[in-house]
Amino acid sequence: MDLFFIIIISIISLGALFGLIRFIKGPTTSDRVVALDTLSAMLIAVLVLLAFIFDRYIYIDVSLIYAVLGFIGIITIARYLEGGI
Amino acid sequence: MQIFDYIGYFLISVGAIFLFLGGLGVFRMPDFYTRVQAGTKASTLGAMSIILGVGVLQPEWFVKTLVIVIFLAIANPLSSHALARGTHKAHQKPIVKDEKIEDAYEIAEHKAEEKNIK
Amino acid sequence: MKKESSKISKFFYTWIFLFVLWMAFTTSLDIAELIAGVFISFIISLFTYKFFTTTGFSILTPKKIFYFIKYLFVFIIELIKANFDVARIVINPKLPINPGIVEVESKLTSDFAKMILANSITLTPGTLTVDIIDNKLFVHWLYVKGTDTETTYNEIAKTFEDILIKIYE
Repeated sequence: MDLFFIIIISIISLGALFGLIRFIKGPTTSDRVVALDTLSAMLIAVLVLLAFIFDRYIYIDVSLIYAVLGFIGIITIARYLEGGI
Repeated sequence: MQIFDYIGYFLISVGAIFLFLGGLGVFRMPDFYTRVQAGTKASTLGAMSIILGVGVLQPEWFVKTLVIVIFLAIANPLSSHALARGTHKAHQKPIVKDEKIEDAYEIAEHKAEEKNIK
Repeated sequence: MKKESSKISKFFYTWIFLFVLWMAFTTSLDIAELIAGVFISFIISLFTYKFFTTTGFSILTPKKIFYFIKYLFVFIIELIKANFDVARIVINPKLPINPGIVEVESKLTSDFAKMILANSITLTPGTLTVDIIDNKLFVHWLYVKGTDTETTYNEIAKTFEDILIKIYE
């Protein structure tokens, strides 16, 4: 089963690479933020997956907190773009 | 409990493929609004599917994983909506291929502004 | 619009909701944790029940719960369809899109119902809610099929609104 998880994480990493290229290239701020949003969704999923692989329950809490903080961060940047912070 | 294992591994594989497609969508789409569409949808379902798959494989964690899944289902569309609204207010227009399709939101905003001036 | 329910109903609704949320986050039945949860959710609901809900317990009738569960099923099916749609477009080398922002008129009156509708639209095939002004939703659409209000309503909002009207109106 270890090979299974290696393949899964490789597929996600390939997706993350595309997201990262957009994050570096992205012509405007909004494009970069969208790439960041996608990357953070990937990171949340990978953290939960790592919790299962290494059998560490605490990683699930970490990913929950990451999801909450990421959400607040995106909302803040959106308010900033709107000009109402 | 063999059958639950297969369901879990299936959900994780599907999630990984959708996360990859989300990354590819953000990379390939031509402008901001289409990128949001590709990014939020694929990555939300991908992450939800992987997390639920882990919950099925490890039944003691199921409640906690369900909390994360529900949170993602509420929070991700909200943040992408806020981002699209902010970007539109910052005067970044969506590209259109067919010139006849007018930006209905911009027209409505103009009308609201005119009312305020009067 | 119906009149708002009583303060007591709203308060207890908020309190119980927050306590269930606490239990979901801690996932333990330890007596100390439960007591702490009761107190903390009591204090928070004292300050927030005015803003948290407008319906109170009146939303919990068997008929409404039945439609809510039906809504969840419809929503999950639409979510999966949306993803295959996006996947099809992203993989296609030509990127077959025809984007634009269109206007959708909603019949819903309650703010919370409109919020759920907007969220559901965002997660369904090729659509993204940009803003809500009064009862008009502005939706970015990946392949516009028509700009008149009837087409947009039938294509985008109808599936969800038919069920939401039964829950909230």
